[in-house]
Amino acid sequence: MENPYIPFLMRIEDVILETEDRKIKTFVLAFVNEEDRKSFVYVPGQFAEISVFGKGEAPFGMASTPTRPEYLEFSVSTIGVVTGALHNLGKGDIVGVRGPLGNGYPLETFQGKNLLLIGGGFGFSTLRSLTNYILHGPNRTAFGGVTVVYGARKPGLLLYRTDLEAWKERSDISLHLTVDQEADGWKGHVGLVPNVTRSIAPSPKNTFAVVCGPPVMMKYTLPVLKDLGFQDEDILFSLEMRMKCGIGKCGRCNMGSKYVCTDGPVFSQSELTRLTGEAHF
Amino acid sequence: MSLDNAKILEKDQLEGFLEGLLKDNIVFGPTSKGDLLLFDRVESANGISLGRGNTMNSAKDVLFPQTERLFAYRHGEAGVEIDGPSAVKKGFILFGVRPCDARGLILLDKVFGEPLQDPYYGEKRARTVIISMACETPDPKCFCLAIGGGPCSAEGSDLLFLDLGDQYLVKAGSPKGMDLLKNTVFKKANKEVLARADVVEKEAEESMNQAGMGRVGIGETIEKRLEALFNDPIWDDITESCLGCGICTYLCPTCHCFDILDEAGQSAGERIRIWDSCQFPLFTHQASGVNPRPSVKERFRQRIMHKLCYLPQNGNLPGCVGCGRCVTECPVNLDIREVIQKISAREAE
Repeated sequence: MENPYIPFLMRIEDVILETEDRKIKTFVLAFVNEEDRKSFVYVPGQFAEISVFGKGEAPFGMASTPTRPEYLEFSVSTIGVVTGALHNLGKGDIVGVRGPLGNGYPLETFQGKNLLLIGGGFGFSTLRSLTNYILHGPNRTAFGGVTVVYGARKPGLLLYRTDLEAWKERSDISLHLTVDQEADGWKGHVGLVPNVTRSIAPSPKNTFAVVCGPPVMMKYTLPVLKDLGFQDEDILFSLEMRMKCGIGKCGRCNMGSKYVCTDGPVFSQSELTRLTGEAHF
Repeated sequence: MSLDNAKILEKDQLEGFLEGLLKDNIVFGPTSKGDLLLFDRVESANGISLGRGNTMNSAKDVLFPQTERLFAYRHGEAGVEIDGPSAVKKGFILFGVRPCDARGLILLDKVFGEPLQDPYYGEKRARTVIISMACETPDPKCFCLAIGGGPCSAEGSDLLFLDLGDQYLVKAGSPKGMDLLKNTVFKKANKEVLARADVVEKEAEESMNQAGMGRVGIGETIEKRLEALFNDPIWDDITESCLGCGICTYLCPTCHCFDILDEAGQSAGERIRIWDSCQFPLFTHQASGVNPRPSVKERFRQRIMHKLCYLPQNGNLPGCVGCGRCVTECPVNLDIREVIQKISAREAE
């Protein structure tokens, strides 16, 4: 019987310090065993449980893209026991990984559609995965226009600088970066993500909006999207709940009758409105 | 009930039957520990204590123990080495399970079995036989009948024993049970015995109807009511006395929430799973500080919603089998029967 609780091993290949407050690092992981690499087939928006043996495990969305299958990347904010322990690890250290878990973004449904990707803070990690997936070689032609709105409190807290620079150079993606307040040398937008979304006023026509970020950002982005004319079924959220097993057994991450780990983490607003349960954001 | 799936066991044959089971299997059953009646492993037939009502804990504990090792790990020369669970070959016999607790296992079979099989539960379950004892004189705290079960129901059991005085009527509730009935210790039943059994069953049900709350409308009716009342102020009233101690969830034969954590030594350790409870604040407290269920009210409501709304919505049995443990053990007498009645009455207003 396949045992979904036992992690496979990955080796830390690189650690990238992402933010000026030194709280977010991206871990680049290489598969220790070739067969694990082959069986780890994922789509952007899925997640995995990362183990630091002796400390426990915690869930993180893949920040990497499946178009570069040799490495997995996870952006980790140091905040608790497992994340704190991860931040103390370095190149060559071994971690455990279980996954891929969750549903991920519906790539099939996105075919031929325009995409408005809205992210905030390190909730941007799976949108980075999605963006890199879309921009990868021939994949790009399968999708319509791509607009990215990405915000952080200040410029030094934006992740994935190399990617952002590369995206700026491309004509087939419209990138809107924003920070909460004016900052020296900042040339992007200034303001909160929902407000910037409203100001650039993307057309809802033939477009999916995909939102991932802190709860408060998602909460205030929803009415903006509705005002812009987006229908509930065309608005997708990637949600967070505290999780343990990641496979729908441990009973922790439910929102009404759905589990975020197996039914999500990606839900359409029309699915969410049908659920009874605590507010998700 | 037909003569095809029911036989007789004379009471003086019970010990021999149990000793036979003990030879090749690991047997669990009701056993006295001080003042407590626990469902635990027994080493001999006379270690089993019958006729004392239901056990403090349920048979769930065998298949889903309070703590369970998922795997061991070691930091070795070649990196991290992982040892999975070791295989156990012996069969498990759960003897003297009450019909409510047997019904609870039907729910757990589905939760742990679908869509992905939990290997720890599934491996134990596959080699488990459930032999239940009907409740001829149900306790006043019990309400299985009101919630879709029955004091003499064989649902979820491989075999069900019904006490007829000097003999048991033994009913098969599954193909496994039909096989067990082939044991020559069981004698052919006749129509007269079945008629006596019917009387005992009817009396048991009747006594419950008189003592308890009768059949409350669970299933779709209560699901809908609960959905409609999710934000109703009734929850403030219902949950006001709750201490959030979690005893209701720890003793419940269907509660199945767990935590996963590492018990670490210097160079080796174990990953274990351990029961957790939706009644505790940390259960849903996110690393960011957000907690969707910040107070006792939301957490108590979650327990009721999960059991009587969310599980049925997902095609499961309700997460309450009417065993009454949470009723008797709650330190502030918060009674789930009254909660159900309040919910029902609220809608009627």
